[in-house]
Amino acid sequence: MICVNALNKKYGTLQALLSVDVEMESGRITAVLGPNGAGKTTLIKSILGLVKPDSGTITVDGILVNGESQYREMIGYMPQLARYPENLTVTEIVDMIRDIRKTASSRKPVQNDTPDMELWDRFGLDSEKDKPFRTLSGGNRQKVSAVLAFLFRPKVLFLDEPTTGLDPVSSSILKDKILAERDGGTTIILTSHIMSEVQELAEQVVYLLEGRIYFEQTVSELLEATGQTTLERAIAVKLGREPEMVTETGVAS
Amino acid sequence: MILKILKYQLRDVFRSRWIIAYVLFFLVLTDVLFRFGGDGLRVATSMMNIILIVIPLASIILGAFYLYNAREYIELLLCHPVKRHQLFWGMFLGLALPLVAAFAGGVMLPYLYNAASADAWQAALMLVFTGSMLTVIFVALAYYLALRFDDRIKGLGLALVICLFFTIIYDGIILFVIYIFSSYPLEKPVLALSLLNPIDLGRILLLLQFDISALMGLTGAVFREFFGTPLGMTVSVASLLLWLVVPVTAGFRRFLVKDF
Repeated sequence: MICVNALNKKYGTLQALLSVDVEMESGRITAVLGPNGAGKTTLIKSILGLVKPDSGTITVDGILVNGESQYREMIGYMPQLARYPENLTVTEIVDMIRDIRKTASSRKPVQNDTPDMELWDRFGLDSEKDKPFRTLSGGNRQKVSAVLAFLFRPKVLFLDEPTTGLDPVSSSILKDKILAERDGGTTIILTSHIMSEVQELAEQVVYLLEGRIYFEQTVSELLEATGQTTLERAIAVKLGREPEMVTETGVAS
Repeated sequence: MILKILKYQLRDVFRSRWIIAYVLFFLVLTDVLFRFGGDGLRVATSMMNIILIVIPLASIILGAFYLYNAREYIELLLCHPVKRHQLFWGMFLGLALPLVAAFAGGVMLPYLYNAASADAWQAALMLVFTGSMLTVIFVALAYYLALRFDDRIKGLGLALVICLFFTIIYDGIILFVIYIFSSYPLEKPVLALSLLNPIDLGRILLLLQFDISALMGLTGAVFREFFGTPLGMTVSVASLLLWLVVPVTAGFRRFLVKDF
């Protein structure tokens, strides 16, 4: 569970986040949506500790995010664009991440020590394991990055456009895995431009606009309140704009 | 943890093509100079002139490129329980060490198989020391720039300008100063000025070592008088170290508070 409290962040004169309060519950998938530049990335990066907020507090599972790195043991992150050292093979990259995790968790052993290789097997990555990262296709890079995100059975999972570049089969495998993890009590934060995917996976929508939370609702409430059947239309109606306008300005993205 | 990051970093760098090209460059050049009939001392003197230009340029450009390219990778690692200071040293040593090793290896190998004399070895080692210092200094400058400027065009451009400044423009300024104030005794101010440029420092250290300071005329004599003494040596090595510590610290501090 993640609590964000009165978070502020400025880049020069640009107010990226303005007193943002959010709670993301465990065992739930929360989608963070909003147009480009609305502060989605800044919010997620603040929780990951990549961006240092100007003021406000963030707690992840009761641990205050304050520059310490230990809390990241609980976190799995699948970036939009994964780039690992180009000349390392896939196996070496997985080994490296396991190596890095090992020392960090040696102080207090985690209950689940065996890494979760389910996605590796289901994606059939064995055939790619000795190829250097630079020769992998976009889809395979995405698969590697998904495997690494789930590898340590994280309590909190960040998925940034997880299905981009994946073929339909792999995409379904990944979605099944995401839903299974949610049922196992993982807090999942999702961003995506594909509204049908958000509707399929997420329970809760946090909509950011110009650094503020514009609304925060469950998907079913949102559909009910707007009388729409798809999330895309519902958000468009909620924003009070014509659907044609929405695609033009990219608000729905 | 630093060692773990470093281990994979080194594996990555040593497999890349440019590091092999970098080794070959020094290897072929030193070898050719030997073949042209130079003894080890003369080769070291010729190499000095090349090294003083090539190393700063290569180190600062490769360093900046490398860090800009590793940007996503750094973000990824920072999402694991890795402390920022550990990652910084891993990334820094992960580039500086291979560059030093490539340069040192490339230069020293021909000395080995040409069975150079003890004197020549001393010159070669001095060369390797100075070159290594310059490598680390300019990688540090590159890292600072790449961390300071998110825009890679700006960062790389500035890296190039800084490099040109120290290799060419700075000497021009010194010459200009000497010309303008030619009727004053200038040895001491020029001495001080040359401490402010890491490349000049390297050159002075090497020239004195190779005992060819006479080539520099009166200035050479003054330099010899100062830098030739233990005190002068200490001062120049100390300023070279200062040149190392300041950019590394600046980059390190930047890395600790940076928003990725």
